[in-house]
Amino acid sequence: MNESLFINIIIGISIASVPLMFAAIGELLVERSGVLNLGVEGMMIVGALLGFVVMSHTQNPYLAVLAAMAGGMAIASIFAFLTQFLLTNQVATGLALTLFGLGFAAFAGRGYTEETIQLITAVPIPYLSDIPYLGPLLFSFNPLVYLAFFMVYLVWWFLFRTKQGLILRAIGDNHDAAHAIGHNVVRYRVMAILFGGAMAGIGGAFLSLVQVPIWGEGMTAGRGWIALGLVVFASWQPFRIIFGAILFGGITILQIHAQGLNINVSAQYLSMLPYLATIVILVSLRMRLKNKTNRTVPNCLGRIFHSTT
Amino acid sequence: MSNRSLSSVVKLSILSVVLAFTSNVYADPVKAAFVYIGPTGDHGWTFAHDQGAKYVKEMMGDDVIITTVESVEENSDSERVITSLARKNDIIFTTSFGYMNPTVKVAARYPNVKFEHATGYMRPTDNISTYSARFYEGRHVIGKIAGRMTKNNVIGYIASFPIPEVIRGINSAYLAAKSVNPDIEMKIVWVYSWYDPGKEADAANALIAQGADILMQHTDSTAPMTVAEEKGVYAFGQASNMREWGKNAQLTGIIDDWGPYYLERVQAVKDGTWTSTDVFHGVDSGMVKFAPMNKSMPKDIRNEASRAIIDLSMGKIHPFTGPINKQDGSPWLAEGETPPNYPDLLTMDFYVEGIEAKYPN
Repeated sequence: MNESLFINIIIGISIASVPLMFAAIGELLVERSGVLNLGVEGMMIVGALLGFVVMSHTQNPYLAVLAAMAGGMAIASIFAFLTQFLLTNQVATGLALTLFGLGFAAFAGRGYTEETIQLITAVPIPYLSDIPYLGPLLFSFNPLVYLAFFMVYLVWWFLFRTKQGLILRAIGDNHDAAHAIGHNVVRYRVMAILFGGAMAGIGGAFLSLVQVPIWGEGMTAGRGWIALGLVVFASWQPFRIIFGAILFGGITILQIHAQGLNINVSAQYLSMLPYLATIVILVSLRMRLKNKTNRTVPNCLGRIFHSTT
Repeated sequence: MSNRSLSSVVKLSILSVVLAFTSNVYADPVKAAFVYIGPTGDHGWTFAHDQGAKYVKEMMGDDVIITTVESVEENSDSERVITSLARKNDIIFTTSFGYMNPTVKVAARYPNVKFEHATGYMRPTDNISTYSARFYEGRHVIGKIAGRMTKNNVIGYIASFPIPEVIRGINSAYLAAKSVNPDIEMKIVWVYSWYDPGKEADAANALIAQGADILMQHTDSTAPMTVAEEKGVYAFGQASNMREWGKNAQLTGIIDDWGPYYLERVQAVKDGTWTSTDVFHGVDSGMVKFAPMNKSMPKDIRNEASRAIIDLSMGKIHPFTGPINKQDGSPWLAEGETPPNYPDLLTMDFYVEGIEAKYPN
């Protein structure tokens, strides 16, 4: 295998993993606060559409990315309102959000299926990217790729190195206790849900702004669901999201390359791997839960908080 | 994926409400329904079928009521959609190979409704027709162009699912390319999806990285064309003219023109003359057309392609003309022999000799 093919594979993996990384790290924070939002796919597709629309009108990548975040947040705010203020069932509301997002984006994006835009391209970091081997491997990616890694770090730092992060985790583990000592459960959760929406929005926009310069209905093609699986795979630990996303995205890219190179692997079995891994992790989490050593699953995940005082 | 299934459930329920109101108002017009595998905005396969449906509406006006359901998965979901449509329609076009079993099942339950299944071959009851286009004739033409235009002698082929329709296309394109360029190699990547722009682009990037300088696709989005344009390689439009996405990249494109056939079949229902048929039209009847050829192509290559199109339309050449062996070396067609539609073409499940990729199982 020659060097440029190797680098191409690495870049391919980064492009396949980053949408998952964004969406999953957002959802991780949401779930850490004790909320299960199954609407990731819906928020992603709206982000993909809005990013594309703004890019096609303004040709400004910064505005496009901001619009994608705003789009994801707007959809997420519906979820926040319904689940946090009207106390609706989170699973049903999340599913409805996905359906709504897909339908809304398909409808609103009707006029954009004929357009193309200028892609946001990779920006090699000056000097550093000239280092042999390491340069192309580490310093020649799309700016949004670095942002994804940074967001993972930021979420970890927030959750485990700040007081607010501690409070958010406490709320996720026991919202009644957190409430009793005076923390505003609903405010924290609404903020987390909005953050999750913004991240899913960028994740979706990565598809329509970085990967392909087109808008197509349903173009997220189930990546939101993979991101949800990824949070479980990562057992709610931020840095494991990076590992999981690279694994999930890497398998996609590697099996494509293997086919082209006539390497005899079964595409179907390889495609199954990430999901099998997720199931194995779920089962092992369950076992740990039985042994009362679980410290990962937020205890209040998906439970409705109803303040009585 | 479950999101798709759920979305079609929602679409379906809206549909049944709409139909409940409309069906009483118009008693006379023919009610025709179309089931699509992807979104009509894919600018590929589904877009082409939808253009056909629109053509029927345009030509028949108030004499027809058309219902379309998009993005219907090829699982039990499609059976539910087809069943629901069968209750309210006179004729139903199911436009994907994977709808074969559901179509057959529902047709048996609704003998008074006519069913038209695209690219399949099963007609157990006399209310089912099958129709398909000889897209492999189109692949023959683009195969020749690709064989001439490639510099690396590597053609990248983005394939969807290993069904006869797709296999025919691969074999036909390979044989045609090989006939003008004996050094040709074809790299084939299966993405196991009809419509996933992200994955199609991944496949296009991978193939280009592996040396392909010409892409062919049998998936439905414009993503591979945009990658070809960006990377400066050539590609061919799929199912519709994709020039908008590849002004330099698109050499030509295979265009599906279903309109006249759909009009004929819906009209037949109206006239009461509909019978179960098996249609397999090609370049000759205009069901398979071509996008304008890119001016950047050398004139002799353009001429050669045009000649191939004319010869195909006059039935002078057949893309599968023996001697052709199967991939394992066993004989398929003898010298000068051409294959029958059934079973050879319609159930094709092997690569021809010379293709190095392993046949997917």
